[in-house]
Amino acid sequence: MSNPIRLRDLIRQIRSAKTAAEERAVVQKECAYIRDAFRDEDNTWRCRNVAKLLYVSLLGYPAHFGQLECLKLIASARFTDKRIGYLGAMLLLDERQDIHVLITNSLKNDLNHSNQYIAGLALCALGSICSPEMSRDLGGEVEKLMKSSNPFLKKKAVLCAVRIIRKVPEQFDVFQNSIRSLLSEKNHGVLLTAIALIIEMCQQNSQALQIFRKLVPNLVRILKNLIMSGYSPEHDVSGISDPFLQVQLLRLMRILGRNDLEASETMNDILAQVSTNTENSKNVGNAILYETVLTIMDIKSESGLRVLAVNILGRFLLNNDKNIRYVALNTLLRVVHADHSAVQRHRATIVECLKDADVSIKRRAMELCFALINSNNIRTMINEMITFLATCEPEFRADCTSNMFLAMERFSPSKRWHVDQMIRVLTTAGNSVRDDIVSSLISIISSTSELHGYTAQQLYKIIRNDITQQPLVQVASWTLGEFGDLFVSGQYQHPDDNEHVQASEDEIVGVLEKILNWSICTVVTREYAINALMKLSTRFPSCSDRIQSVMTVYACNMNLELQTRAVEYTSLFTKHNPIRPSIVERMPVLVSNAASNTANEETSYEPEESPSFNGQNHSVQSTNPSEHVDDLFKMLDETPQTNGRTDSNTHSNILDLLNSGSPQVSSSSNPLEDILFGDDLSKNESMNGSNSTIPSMKVIDKNGLLIVFQFEKQDSILVIHLHATNSTSIPLKNFTFKAAVPKTFNLELLPPNSTTIPANNSGDVRQIIKISNPNKDKLRMRIKLSYSSNDFQVNDEAELNTFPEQCYT
Amino acid sequence: MIQFILLFSRQGKLRLQKWYTSQTDKSKKKITREIIAAVLSRKPKMSSFLEWKDLKIVYKRYASLYFCCAIEQDDNELLTLETIHRYVELLDKYFGSVCELDIIFNFEKAYFIFDEFILGGEIQETSKKSVLKAVNDQDVIQEVETPQGLIDEY
Repeated sequence: MSNPIRLRDLIRQIRSAKTAAEERAVVQKECAYIRDAFRDEDNTWRCRNVAKLLYVSLLGYPAHFGQLECLKLIASARFTDKRIGYLGAMLLLDERQDIHVLITNSLKNDLNHSNQYIAGLALCALGSICSPEMSRDLGGEVEKLMKSSNPFLKKKAVLCAVRIIRKVPEQFDVFQNSIRSLLSEKNHGVLLTAIALIIEMCQQNSQALQIFRKLVPNLVRILKNLIMSGYSPEHDVSGISDPFLQVQLLRLMRILGRNDLEASETMNDILAQVSTNTENSKNVGNAILYETVLTIMDIKSESGLRVLAVNILGRFLLNNDKNIRYVALNTLLRVVHADHSAVQRHRATIVECLKDADVSIKRRAMELCFALINSNNIRTMINEMITFLATCEPEFRADCTSNMFLAMERFSPSKRWHVDQMIRVLTTAGNSVRDDIVSSLISIISSTSELHGYTAQQLYKIIRNDITQQPLVQVASWTLGEFGDLFVSGQYQHPDDNEHVQASEDEIVGVLEKILNWSICTVVTREYAINALMKLSTRFPSCSDRIQSVMTVYACNMNLELQTRAVEYTSLFTKHNPIRPSIVERMPVLVSNAASNTANEETSYEPEESPSFNGQNHSVQSTNPSEHVDDLFKMLDETPQTNGRTDSNTHSNILDLLNSGSPQVSSSSNPLEDILFGDDLSKNESMNGSNSTIPSMKVIDKNGLLIVFQFEKQDSILVIHLHATNSTSIPLKNFTFKAAVPKTFNLELLPPNSTTIPANNSGDVRQIIKISNPNKDKLRMRIKLSYSSNDFQVNDEAELNTFPEQCYT
Repeated sequence: MIQFILLFSRQGKLRLQKWYTSQTDKSKKKITREIIAAVLSRKPKMSSFLEWKDLKIVYKRYASLYFCCAIEQDDNELLTLETIHRYVELLDKYFGSVCELDIIFNFEKAYFIFDEFILGGEIQETSKKSVLKAVNDQDVIQEVETPQGLIDEY
């Protein structure tokens, strides 16, 4: 039989194949030949055939039938055979295969071979593919070779030991004694590998960590010699002596110095020396500096050294090499919380990195920017982030907007600025904003009553031209629905720039109709729009018919959600028209979730509460309700009757549904009312005022604060609607109202809709008082109120004796 | 530790692969495909580092070949670039101005050189001289044993 074709020729044949099919044919033909040759036990050419097989396996073809042949090659006496055999074993076998244990015997023989290269081959194979069983069987041989005087074998044996203890950690004991002596070797290969072994041991075993900590002075000495010693051409890389060994030493120092003050102190000097003396013009120097920085940051180093490390990272950021910038940003991200002020110094450079072409660099720069935002730099940083948002990849946008919102929540200088910036963010980010941002923004707008009209205006300006951005349109619909009337009436703080826009009721309704009708808007957006339209039906009475006809149309809409709402709203117009105004009344100010949750807990468990239910103040006042009430009634010499009844169950249910701040107390059992946005049902009368036959009474008119009582009789209960308005130019905050009546009366004080009376009569605070008077006595009342104007606390009280007669007859 | 190393051409053909973790053939093929696709799609302006699963991929292009190394989270990426460069220098010294064809036609020698430089995923020798000496010595043993050569000559 002629000789099998040479490896080179096979490769040529395969490469000259023009199609994949042709190549497959060549390979299959040759593999068939090889299989036959293996079957014929051809010893001479086995190595050639296996080599060819290894080549085709590289191309992706199956080669498992060659595994046994590799074993035969390894067992052969010829060096060529062994060399290819071990290569084949490393490429074709791994510890999952059973065949693999058959090597163990050959390995054992070869490990003890007199020829160092044969032992070397065995060690190499063992280091690549050993299994736990092989580790146990051959661990002793490896340890013997570690003690060999031949550095060639020593270094390989040490790396085998690394692999062995990774597979079988218990083998640690076998190797631990030999380590120390290895560190006194001069051979770089042995040193390098010995350190790798120590690193592996320390990572597995904390006991080893204690033992090896004692070696720190030795390591420092080795590193020092390495740096200080003269030029060694063998280990030199661009003028730096053995950077691989330097990095390895630094890495071990990091592991040993972590959490250990003494070890860290021993390393301080050498770390400073390496940081300052290493040449940083090429990648190799920077690799060492990088490792040094990682070590400094991880051990208990002194602050001067840490600042030095952060400065190195800052210099890295200015480097032209993008790899170095990437590595710097990555590391800065890890240390920014620990060394915040040091990293702040490099903020400008980090912001520049936002414009980098590499996606990973941009992502890290973005995360780092968010970590660096504080109240000093929030304005500039948010501007930068919005610019970034405009040009960044879509996958970043959701994270970026959420983070911006969080940062603004923490640090924004004013609510108005916050809302302005969020509007900018929503306009820039389009549809990539997360849903919770929409609701968070809505709650911010709602909680700041000064912003109601202003925000409505700003949002209207944008959406009258563009309704493609869903989150923005959702917020805008909600705002216009709630506060459209404020916007139209012009009663709000106009923006400083001259881009003031005025709109009519019809125009606003028109925009909302457009949103509702546009099928490209998502269902959620359209739901927002239909709700907003419904609210406007009472706020804009002139458009009420128009809105009603929209609802009628949508009552037949294909979308179930929209249809349900439209049908319910239509019935509000027809069958339940009397209650329509109260149902779509303006929502009470939403206190943010955190504050409202604490308020909820306290109201649920307080048996006797103070009359006012504001989120923040509640916790203060509810601690001493009886005390205040006692003060009040010492004057009247009557029994206190001040409490707000809370049905805690409905209370929490309502709050769950609404997620609103002011707890609602419903005295009526009508379930529809329980889910009202607005106040108590009986208040609707006060809006029109037409049903009351009892004249209203001015209670207080002092310093711009006007409180008026409007009365209404419901069966035998007198319902008093309190209206408080403020004609000064400063809003009155933390308004609380308390009342006391003589013993024979029953008084129920419901929570107000707000505790801030807006300035310039632009809004009012309303509260309901219910009085039952079974004895039909003359009504008297003592009231106490307090508020703050520009942080100046004002308290006032009065006795009311001049109630209209109809109140109590 | 280096978990695996891949060498492939710009057309995505694998020229060399060395795995230091135990994987089935199927998963090796899958990983190789994914990484080749990820690296080949990188633009020139991007950095040499890639995050892939819980590993860091460090790659560098030399002429028509991509050298790609997968390292663990606590390994030094910049040093890995140096490691790759050292390997290329070794090949260059051995073959004399190495090119892709050299690696194709002498892949077993490329492996032999690699196995004298790195063992079990860790560097074993930092002296170029020592690595090449070991390889050359072993070549000599082969030549002495069978002067006519068994794999390629004859």
